[in-house]
Amino acid sequence: MMSHAAYVFASYGIATLTVAGLCLWVIADGRARQRELRELEASGVRRRSAEASTGEAR
Amino acid sequence: MSENSLAIRKFSDLANPTRFLALADRVLPWLAALTALFFVVGLWLSFTTEGDYQQGETVRIMYVHVPAAWLSMMCYSVMALAALGTLVWRHPLADVSSRAAAPIGACFTFLALVTGSLWGKPMWGAWWVWDARLTSVFVLFLMYLGLMALNRAMDDPARSSRVSAVLVLVGFVNIPIIKFSVEWWNTLHQPASVLRLDGPTIDPEFLRPLVVMAIAFTLLFFTLHIAAMRNEIWRRRVTSLRRLAARSAGREM
Repeated sequence: MMSHAAYVFASYGIATLTVAGLCLWVIADGRARQRELRELEASGVRRRSAEASTGEAR
Repeated sequence: MSENSLAIRKFSDLANPTRFLALADRVLPWLAALTALFFVVGLWLSFTTEGDYQQGETVRIMYVHVPAAWLSMMCYSVMALAALGTLVWRHPLADVSSRAAAPIGACFTFLALVTGSLWGKPMWGAWWVWDARLTSVFVLFLMYLGLMALNRAMDDPARSSRVSAVLVLVGFVNIPIIKFSVEWWNTLHQPASVLRLDGPTIDPEFLRPLVVMAIAFTLLFFTLHIAAMRNEIWRRRVTSLRRLAARSAGREM
């Protein structure tokens, strides 16, 4: 039989791991996509809207 | 009338993914900082307030369990709104929003189930019971997983968006079932004690950390959701650029 504190710490531990995992996944996913975009840009592939007008982003 | 047309213009302004990316860049650092601040205060309150006279220390599980459960339902409601945006207004960001929310919702639902189980064992004497509340939340978890699988199974977002939007809306029927399950059926899970018509029945000693943690979790959700939406927009740009590159490579040959 676990003590009550063990249930509390298990809950907070799993919550921390889950939230940290989710945050890291979102950050890693973003970095990977940005890297792909940079590589495409470097190889000369551009979005049509970026070619047509530079004012779109403004 | 003029106000109305202005509002629509603003709304359609947001529909532009490039504008959304610029807005996300500006908002995300502040949202993340605010989230961290609320978590620091919330966690401090969670561990410094008194234990319950009957539940003892295990009442602290509530400060994670209840916000996670609220978020699991709010996230699905956000997805249902986004699904309406996809089907009714064909809003370009609506499908992005719905897709980005699914894994986040699945994580919060998982947390609600696991912490609930860890609370149920010492308080009820059982890790799991098939009562209406627990079962309906488990169904919600399965729906999140199903939607994630569906979104991954179809490559072309233009085609998958409507199918997944219809599925999200059909599944929305589960949200009121979860909320009212504790009133409609005789459940081991307790009925609502915070969001009820006659006001909270919970002691302020427990309500204070609970509210701060709920705000922290909500801010966390929006931070992650905006960041995940930005990732999804980037992912789609990469796909369309690769297609463009392949097409122009074909032309050169």
